[in-house]
Amino acid sequence: MYGIEMVKGLLVTLKNFSKKPVTIQYPEQRVSQHPRFRGEEFSWYEERCTGCASCAKYCPLGIIEIVTDPSDTAVKQGDKYKLEKFDIQLFRCMFCGLCVEACPYDALFMGSGFEEGKYTRNDMIITIDDLRNSPKNPSTWYRPQLEAKNYDPRSGQQLSWKEVGRESWNWHKTEKAGMRITPDPKQD
Amino acid sequence: MSIRTEPMTINIGPQHPSTHGVFRLRVTFDGEDIIEAEPILGYLHRGTEKLAEERNYVQIVTLTDRLDYTASMTNNQAYCLAVEKLLEVEAPLRAKYLRTMTAELQRIASHLIAVGFFLQELGTFGGTPLMYAFRARERILDMFEMLCGARITLSYMRPGGVFWDPPSEFWSSLDEFLKEFPSDLAEMEDLLLNNEILMVRTREVSPLSAEEAINNSVSGPVLRASGVKMDLRVMDPYDAYSMVDFDVPIGSIGDNYDRFWVRMQEVRQSLRIIEQCVDQIEPGDYRLDLPKVLRAPEGTESYGKVEAPKGELGFYLFSDGGISPYRMKIRSPSLINLSVIDRLLVGWKLADMIVSLGSIDINMGEVDR
Amino acid sequence: MICVLEGFYQTNIIYRTIHGSLSGLMPCWSATIVTGIMFSLFLVNIFLVSTALMTWGERRLLGRFQTRVGPNRWGPFGLLQPIADLISLLFKENLIPRGSDKILFIVVPILIMMPVIMVLGVIPLAPGVALADLNVGVLYILAITSVSSLGIFIAGWSSNNRFAIFGAVRGVAVLISYEVPVVISLLGIVIISGSMSLLDIVEAQAIPFLMVQPMGLLVFFIGSSAEMNRTPFDIAEAESEIIAGFHTEFSGIKFAIIQAAEYGAMIVTSAIIAIVFLGGWSGPLPEYLGWFWILIKVLVCVFVFTWVRATLPRLRIDQIMAFCWKGLLPMSLINLLAVVIETFILKGPNGQLSVADLWIMCVINTIITVCTVIVLNKLISNKVDPLRSGSKILSQRELLLDGQGD
Ligand code: SF4
Ligand code: SF4
Repeated sequence: MYGIEMVKGLLVTLKNFSKKPVTIQYPEQRVSQHPRFRGEEFSWYEERCTGCASCAKYCPLGIIEIVTDPSDTAVKQGDKYKLEKFDIQLFRCMFCGLCVEACPYDALFMGSGFEEGKYTRNDMIITIDDLRNSPKNPSTWYRPQLEAKNYDPRSGQQLSWKEVGRESWNWHKTEKAGMRITPDPKQD
Repeated sequence: MSIRTEPMTINIGPQHPSTHGVFRLRVTFDGEDIIEAEPILGYLHRGTEKLAEERNYVQIVTLTDRLDYTASMTNNQAYCLAVEKLLEVEAPLRAKYLRTMTAELQRIASHLIAVGFFLQELGTFGGTPLMYAFRARERILDMFEMLCGARITLSYMRPGGVFWDPPSEFWSSLDEFLKEFPSDLAEMEDLLLNNEILMVRTREVSPLSAEEAINNSVSGPVLRASGVKMDLRVMDPYDAYSMVDFDVPIGSIGDNYDRFWVRMQEVRQSLRIIEQCVDQIEPGDYRLDLPKVLRAPEGTESYGKVEAPKGELGFYLFSDGGISPYRMKIRSPSLINLSVIDRLLVGWKLADMIVSLGSIDINMGEVDR
Repeated sequence: MICVLEGFYQTNIIYRTIHGSLSGLMPCWSATIVTGIMFSLFLVNIFLVSTALMTWGERRLLGRFQTRVGPNRWGPFGLLQPIADLISLLFKENLIPRGSDKILFIVVPILIMMPVIMVLGVIPLAPGVALADLNVGVLYILAITSVSSLGIFIAGWSSNNRFAIFGAVRGVAVLISYEVPVVISLLGIVIISGSMSLLDIVEAQAIPFLMVQPMGLLVFFIGSSAEMNRTPFDIAEAESEIIAGFHTEFSGIKFAIIQAAEYGAMIVTSAIIAIVFLGGWSGPLPEYLGWFWILIKVLVCVFVFTWVRATLPRLRIDQIMAFCWKGLLPMSLINLLAVVIETFILKGPNGQLSVADLWIMCVINTIITVCTVIVLNKLISNKVDPLRSGSKILSQRELLLDGQGD
């Protein structure tokens, strides 16, 4: 009958009227952010970085600029190069995470924040100093060792370069992007 | 006595509340009746096809996200299928199921947007159905965030599989979603599916005959609404579609209501597919052991196609042996479905124009590429 | 000379109080003028504050219907939101589009606002609390509200914008058409109560006219929501089709005034419904709490208006016209006919209807309403039957088999 469906619709809205709002009042409340969230402020561990620039090559936009200098005074793990420049032009970054996927030494991690508003474009370029000093709350994106530890970047716990572990070494053994999830127990 | 009248030409868009992005339609009206309609495209052109020529095969995945940004998953899927055909490899079984599942989730999300905006354009003030649709879609986006860390620009799939296995929390929230979503859907159907005002507004308005639809190579829900039995998931199964059982809703005369109805029914079928995938999926590899930088043999070409929420989405790749395709052509469903717009509009009223436009469900990111 | 007007205002308690205290200080004529000015300021301010609250209230209500929160930032529960909006709109640039008719363009907001405030003047909120208790109150309301169609038309004409023209033409067409059933539905009330004064109408409601005149209320509710441009009849400002319709070009404070007028119209209409159909200030509480009852009744009406707005989609212009002339007008005429016959038969020797008579009318009219709705239903049912469709859901096998045949 004409009108019945309309009444049905009215009842649906009335039912929803009595429900609790589903929206979230952002600055005070936040939605739960998942550990794999690909956020801004990359977490970069200088101690692990060899300056190989795989990340720079793999970035679809070519926004990572790396300048290295041969150095024999380097004390960092396994490297022969001193990094002079590691700029990420955040204002062009699309947070695809391919740079993180490319890094063979697990030196680069996606960040977990998203509130990096700035007034000028130049401020949006993350320099090597910013990367060194920024709080390290790495996202677990593409980093099974962090996910295996149930690490939650939003818990506020910061990880040092020793704690983040290095899983990719096992993966990249065959010189390919092979993605075995269970690490071989024999190795390391 | 007759009053002298003259036709009036109006630009609908590019700045208009309901043109689905920067889309411009030059319409000539006689009173409220449309006598001529001409779509003008290109405001969102970003040269995706050209950009693809200087990126390697994996990097292009991130470009496909931005075509139909309401359905990134199926864009990824079509592209990855094309690359796999080019390299003559096949994704592992688990990856196939994961792809099917996420693509169907994406179909639900995309149809929810389509239906929500369709009802919004019918004039429900402030978009009540749109809010309800977004409420359900939000849960899907949440699951995508668990899966791959992003909500819209997903880049979840890679040539040769998916980039990573879902985390354990994904499965539990998927179960919860499958349990609760049907009631949300029923609520949306109660709200407006059979509403009398919706009926008189959309029934027998802007019908598209089957011949016309085929002649214009329309695809997807718009084609099926016209009564043509065509669904790539059944006709030419890819990924895991041959292993699941689902029905295909077919409309009768292709009016606005049929297009709306087909989408609503497809959501239910997508739910069925996801349920079956969850049952059937088994542990295993989720990605092939491919090199990071892929190279296809010189002179090979391939065409990967999927049934995207908006229609047949195809990627044509031609390789010259380098690390990036020599040419990538995108067959975007929105653009081709849009080609029937003047047939749908002429003879109908201004109010129907917006609704018909909404019923085709175009996405300007895909139309202009 | 102006003191002649005093008799006209005498029914009003507030007026009498102010005038009484002023007349000791100044001559009678100036006291009347000062009182009048004070009173109109009072009225306009009440109106503005209530529309401001209304904008907040409706947004909160709509928000809840959509499981959102609505404005809640500024002030407790977001109550100061209207002030923030007002400040924001006040400081906008005063835009007048090129090629527009400048004078008319500036006049429009006033022209749209004016009738609403003027109608507010005769609405009694309690016995004796109205600026003027006109003995032709209903007629006055109907006459004044029609002015707003002029405002809408001039808005479309003067802004030199094609969307605005569309909105104006639609708006005027709707207003003129829906005026007819609205007037006829109020006629039934006037016949029953035997008076056009709103005060008398309230007093005549031994049982609320909602029950005596269910069809009248239905027609009035639908018709007035069309006149206020609210969904499902908001084609004059259909935001998904013609941007904002007739007020597309109005920005800043002009926009604020037009918006205020629209919300004001909703309050006024709710008040009219509360007075004419819901029994005004009568209720179980003592009479001096009548304003409380009327407030509640107005709020209920506002809630229903918002509820409908949040749920229903919009009709097309030809369907709206058809619904008016083929649906509402016959309904209102049937209603009028029924009322006339009943009153003719039932009315007592002194021309009054007793409470028992009203109950009899209540029963008869309810039956008539149900019958009319069912008959109308039958006439249009083939248009809205969801089952009359060749759509089907095919399984994969069927699809493949048939697909090969094609
Ligand atoms: S996230 Fe993507 S766009 Fe951003 S720097 Fe890494 S590879 Fe480049
Ligand atoms: S790929 Fe990793 S190790 Fe190489 S430069 Fe980038 S961050 Fe450093």
